[in-house]
Parts: sequence; structure tokens; C-alpha cells
Amino acid sequence: MTAVRCIDLCKTYRQGDQDIKALDHLSIDIEKGEFVCLMSPSGGGKTTLLNAIGGLDIPDSGEVWIADERIDQMSKGQLADLRLANIGFVFQAYNLIPVLSAQENVEFVMQVQGIPAAERRDKSHAILEEVGLKGLETRRPAEMSGGQQQRVAVARAIVSRPELVLADEPTANLDSKTSAELMELFTELNEHHSTTFIIATHDQRVQAYAKRLVRMLDGRIVGDAEQHAA
Amino acid sequence: MHMFFVLSRLAWRYLWRNHRRTIVMLSAIAIGAWAMIFMTALTRGMVDQMIEDGVSVIPGHVLIHDPDYLDDPSVNNRVALNDAELDERFGDAGFVSWASRVRVPAIVTSERESRGVTLLGIDPQAERGFSFVDYDDVDGRFLEGPDDKGVVLGAKLADTLETRVGKRVVLMSQDPDNEIADRGFRVVGLFHAEMDATEESYAFVGKRTAQDMLRIGNSVSEVVFVGDDYRDVEPIYEKVAALVDDSVRVSRWTEVDTYLGTMMGMMDGFMLIWVIVIFLALSFGLVNTLVMAVFERIREIGLMLALGMKPSMILGQILIESMMLLAVGLLIGDVLAWATIKPLEGGIDISIVAEGMEMFGASSTLYPSFNIDDVILANVVVMILGFLASLSPAWRASRYEPVEAITKV
Ligand SMILES: Nc1ncnc2c1ncn2[C@@H]1O[C@H](COP(=O)(O)OP(=O)(O)OP(=O)(O)O)[C@@H](O)[C@H]1O
Ligand SMILES: [Mg+2]
Repeated sequence: MTAVRCIDLCKTYRQGDQDIKALDHLSIDIEKGEFVCLMSPSGGGKTTLLNAIGGLDIPDSGEVWIADERIDQMSKGQLADLRLANIGFVFQAYNLIPVLSAQENVEFVMQVQGIPAAERRDKSHAILEEVGLKGLETRRPAEMSGGQQQRVAVARAIVSRPELVLADEPTANLDSKTSAELMELFTELNEHHSTTFIIATHDQRVQAYAKRLVRMLDGRIVGDAEQHAA
Repeated sequence: MHMFFVLSRLAWRYLWRNHRRTIVMLSAIAIGAWAMIFMTALTRGMVDQMIEDGVSVIPGHVLIHDPDYLDDPSVNNRVALNDAELDERFGDAGFVSWASRVRVPAIVTSERESRGVTLLGIDPQAERGFSFVDYDDVDGRFLEGPDDKGVVLGAKLADTLETRVGKRVVLMSQDPDNEIADRGFRVVGLFHAEMDATEESYAFVGKRTAQDMLRIGNSVSEVVFVGDDYRDVEPIYEKVAALVDDSVRVSRWTEVDTYLGTMMGMMDGFMLIWVIVIFLALSFGLVNTLVMAVFERIREIGLMLALGMKPSMILGQILIESMMLLAVGLLIGDVLAWATIKPLEGGIDISIVAEGMEMFGASSTLYPSFNIDDVILANVVVMILGFLASLSPAWRASRYEPVEAITKV
């Protein structure tokens, strides 16, 4: 079953009097349960592609399908529902709501989904422990290091077991031990719950966990290879 | 409901992220609410007092006159029913208080001075319950019956006329044939009233004595009916109107004293305008606060949208935040107003400025009244207008594009 299908996506940004093709006739199919790593030099279009897949940004042309729904023509409300129910996000730059504690940030999506408080608490405690943040539940983002914040964001992305996780540089700011733990966690979710992962990264250590490596350059795919987990 | 709770918690947290701004805004709202209510209480107190003084002087909540009397209150325009017929008609109809009286313009002359007054020929027993004169607080004595041959003047008028109890004065008016009708009276009593103007304006004599003097048989100028509440005279009005034909005119007191009547009607309008004016001043601060609050969290709003909140939830969140700010501010303002008005309800002495106030019928003590209806009105109006003023910033916040908001640095 296809989890994500992109057909002939184009997205052009204007910078000054220059047109930048962030996505240039890009097509890709990703099956349910795949573990995909997107790689490119900086500015290659990874974030733009993830945003298009997540319905955060509408491409100039082309089609985006999630499972068997075409999303590039959905309304804002429909897209919001889709993201809420099916997609876990780790963003590259800005992830946490500063007025909420770590635990509340993790529970945020579940709360909007309407999951009962007791269940939310159990799940958020468990996941925070798994990402190594036990004891920091009541800290606000400003009271945590960059790596700790990153882990809270990861915990939030996976806590409600979405079918698809889109992670943009999830291991930036993490030391190699923590990033390895995180990748183990992703791998386990991927294997036991066939969660589909699409991870954009520069990080060599992350690439080692991927089952499929997709290389991008200037908005195009220039390499796409299966690989066996290390 | 669940979502309301989620949004409320976010709104509350955001409210306290910027303590300083929130406290400044809360103070502004609280002071605004206080000003609305306090000012209204003072005005309400003043107007109530004016109306009560005024109504007590009329006195009468519903009145019967000759159709022409209000335009020309002369002795020629008398009620078409004589005393006996009035008794027959209203005596057993179950009115709490009613009385008939002669009321004509007259001139009172002492040995030294003359003054124009309103001559009231009354039956003192019938008016005991509602007269503005306290019969027991009269220098000398009050009239004893409709046949009393004495006159009771206001203390202030007696000063002006340089007369006193025991002296004689002459009252002069016209009879129905336009002949001078006059008669000497002994001053038997001097009454006191809240306002000097009242003491200067009335001369009380026995009803029958007045009828004799004016040669009008046993007819009267007006019949008055008094109920329990001057604000609610409609039941009496209808009852009286049902008992008479159109040879007479039935009026509510607000039609007789249009100044006071209008004043009472205006009070509510004034209140509303005052509330709105203060709100307009506040609304600039409120909208500005919201715009700032939204601006500094564009990214967070984008993040919430990206995570799957609907635009309507963002709208709701900002609106709830605004309503919370207003509600807390109003609550503080209400308590403040209550705390400052209650101690003053015993009355504020404004005699220093009272000379000027009396010009438009206010007395020298002001009794602010904490009127719960006014408080509710002020709060409801502020909440509704505040809601409307918040719509625009909230709407704009909900229109952000998630990517733009997240990638903005
Ligand atoms: N909002 C924008 N306005 C203008 N240009 C943009 C915008 N977003 C992205 N771009 C441009 O589009 C191209 C692709 O950007 P994108 O963020 O997708 O790259 P990336 O692969 O995620 O890079 P990085 O590894 O640095 O995160 C870049 O050249 C970038 O400058
Ligand atoms: Mg990027």
C-alpha cells in the first residue's frame, strides 16, 4: 500500500530577481512501513518536500497523495484534521509551545484529538521516559537544553502512534548516544507498528538506520537506493 | 466543551506570559469599569433624589384634570366632577391613597412683601400619607381639616415676606368671572422642605375655605392618586382611566412634570452612552494588547496550526484570551466600585456646591446608589463590545499560514 505519492511536484520561490526551484518536477512513491532518509546539501529542497507531504505548503503544480487521498486540493480544515489524525511532525526550527511544560507539549496533539486525561498522562510519561526525559516533565522549553527540547518534539511526534512521521533534522543538537537511542526508537516503531518514517537529515549516523536513501539536489531526486539496515 | 477547556488553558497561560502588559491592561479595564459604575451610581443617586423630591412635591402618580388645565392652570379649568361625584366614583374603588384639591396660582401679601405662589386647597387628612410636608415638623401647626381658616406657608417664604406664625397675610387670585378673589388668612404654621424652592412656592389652605374664596362651589382643580412606586404607575393609570369619561384628562406624573419624566427616561440612555464612551477608550488598549499578543506568537500559532489545530480553534483561543482579560478586569472593577460606593451610600454632603445644583432640582446631599442593574448593564456591554473588538485580531491570527509562521525567524 502506498503511504505517500508525489507526482511531478514543482515549487518555485522568488528571491530578489532570481527564481529558485525548491522542487523541480519531483515524483516519489513511498510505501507504508518504509523508513526513508532524505539527504541533500543545504537548500536541496528537503524541508519544502516534507512541508508539501504534510500539507503545510501547497506546491505550485503536481499532486500529493497521502494513502489514497489527494491532499493538495484540500481545505485548511481538512488538512488540519489529516495532520492531527495521521501525521507526526518534528520540525527543523521551531517545535515547542513555550507556555506549556514538556509533558503538556507532548500531550498537546492528544489533547486536541480529545483523548482522556488519564490516558494522555500515561502515554506522555511513558514516551518521555523512552526519550530519556524522565523527571523533566514539568519543565518549560526555556528551561531545557536544545537536545532536550528536540527530544520532547520527537516524543510529541510519535506519542499518538501516527501512520506517518515526518522529521526534519530530528537529531540536530543531539549527542551521538542520544541520537542513536532515538533512532532505535524510530526503528522499533517502524518495525512493530509499520509506521512510515520520512526523515530529512545531514547526519551520517541517521542514514545508517534508513532502509531507503533518497538523495536530492536543487529540488530533484538524484539518487534513490534501498539499503539494508546496519 | 473539552476543546473550550484546552483553549482556555492555553489562553490563560499566554495571558500571564507577559505579566506586565496583562497587569497594565487589567488595571485599565478595572479602572474603566470602576469609573463606569461609580459615575453611574453618583448620577443615578442624584437623579433618583431629584425625582423623589420632585415626585413628592407634585404629589401624585396619576392625576385627573380638566383637559385644558395643564396648558392653563387657572380656576376656570376645573375637574368636571364635584366633590360628591368624586367620592361616589373613587371612594370605594380600592385606591391606596387619593385626594382632590384646589390648585391655582395666587399672590400672597404680607405687611411688607408680595410673592407669587401656588395655592393648594387641600383636605389634610386625605393627603397625610403622601404629602411632601411632614405634618409633625411644622412650626406652629398644620391645617386641621378642609374647613381650616388658617394658611400654612413655607419657612423660607415666611422669611421673605417677613411674616411669622400668628400674623396675617392676604391671598389673592381670580374667580371664574375673572373678578379678584381675595381673603385674609392667619398664618398657623410654617413647613419645611428639602429644597428652598419648595418652601417658597406653596401656600396650603383648607379645601373648602379655598372653594369659598374662589367662589367655585365644591369643584376642584385636580384629583390625585398615589401608589406604592412612582416608577410603576401604569396599573393605577389604567384603573383611573376606566372610571372616567373624556370630560376629564387622566395623566401620569411624567406627563405633568415633563422635566422630571424626561430626566428619568434619559438616565438609562445616559448610562449606556457613558459606558460606551469609556469602553471606546478601553478598546484601543484592548485591541492593541491583542494585536501585540498575537504578533509575538505568530510562530506558536503556526506551530499549533501545523500540528493540526483548526483555524477556528486559534480564533477561539484569542477570543477566550480577550474575554478572560475583560472578565478579570471587570470583576476587579466591580469589586472596587462596590467597595467605594457602599461606604458613601449614607450620603455625601455636597452643600458647598449645592446652591448651584438646586437650580436643576437637586438637593444638597448626594446618595450614590449601587444599582445592580447598572452593574450588569456595564459588564454585559463591555463583554459584548469587547468580543466584537477582539474579532478582528483573532480572525487575523487564525488566517496565518502554518509554514510562513514556522519558518519566520
Ligand atoms: N519561504 C521561502 N522563501 C524563499 N525561498 C525559500 C523559502 N523556503 C525555502 N526557500 C528556498 O528553497 C530552497 C529549498 O529550501 P529547503 O528549505 O527546502 O532546503 P533544505 O534542503 O531543507 O535545506 P536545509 O538542509 O538547509 O534545511 C532553498 O534554496 C531555499 O533558499
Ligand atoms: Mg530544511
